[in-house]
Amino acid sequence: MIFLTVGTELPFDRLVRAVDSWCADNDVQVIGQIGDPGPGGFYPRHFQYEKFLSSEQYNEYYDRAELIVAHAGMGAIITALVNAKSILVLPRLHRLREHRNDHQLATARRFADRAGVYVAYDEEEIGPMLTSLCQKGGRKQLKGASEFADERLIGVIREFIFS
Amino acid sequence: MGKTAGMDYAVKNEVRYRKTVLAVASGGGHWVQLRRLRPAWRECHVYYVTTTESRRPEIEDEQREGRRVGFYSVVEASRWDKVKLILQSLQIASILLRVRPDVVISTGAAPGFFALRLAKWMGRRTVWVDSIANAEELSLSGARVENCADLWLTQWKHLSCSGDQGKGPEYKGTVI
Repeated sequence: MIFLTVGTELPFDRLVRAVDSWCADNDVQVIGQIGDPGPGGFYPRHFQYEKFLSSEQYNEYYDRAELIVAHAGMGAIITALVNAKSILVLPRLHRLREHRNDHQLATARRFADRAGVYVAYDEEEIGPMLTSLCQKGGRKQLKGASEFADERLIGVIREFIFS
Repeated sequence: MGKTAGMDYAVKNEVRYRKTVLAVASGGGHWVQLRRLRPAWRECHVYYVTTTESRRPEIEDEQREGRRVGFYSVVEASRWDKVKLILQSLQIASILLRVRPDVVISTGAAPGFFALRLAKWMGRRTVWVDSIANAEELSLSGARVENCADLWLTQWKHLSCSGDQGKGPEYKGTVI
């Protein structure tokens, strides 16, 4: 199962549409939390979705998923790294008014070399990448990142608090 | 002698427990990063502030484990919504007056900026850890806290004072 999540702040039609059109031709279960696309926004026709999921439901789908598809937000990327999930991200772009600046593009570039993180820089890449990631399956065993920040960073802050 | 050392340790621990930390971040990625720093204030009395009620359950879980933690939510405000920004800053001010923290720490964005600015005026000590999402330049709020962050950190070496520019926040590691 593939779990699509676009965060709770803004809808992300470009990503949802790309996943939906891939679903039309591929028999893989996709479940999505798509936010609120609004009256003129895009609603998927080929996969199961909710605008917002309860945290229990969200966690259940997240745990079950073999692949996470998301915007290139730090929350999404960190959560995938900690839970040892493969994640395919599409950065939100400023020029398409998907975010207030292009920091997701910078984030995506910086995290693209991490194991299990796959970056599509264009919505056209989503379909082919989904196909190839599904063929790979869950064979690649990822090691979950620590639940906490670098010890060094924690140490510096700790020392500051108690000094 | 063993006994004395033990007492020293107990006294030290008691002092640590008396420290109060206010940890502030907007929802989403900023919150996820802030929470990854929590071993830094493990023994403290900590109050979290964010922009969504949806994070309350995870803090209540910690309360049930016996941790001394509190939770506040404030209104979410984009940088263009002046009315909400003013409301958010008033909410933060009211929380600061109630909690009277020793240290205020934030990973961003607007609520963290307000918290550090106001905390500095109240004579409190402050920490800013700029979000790892800001890989090419500091966040807007991260740049603005320069004068009110006692410990001013970026998570990217090239953006730090030891990077090419020779000025800016310090780099001391990352949240991931």
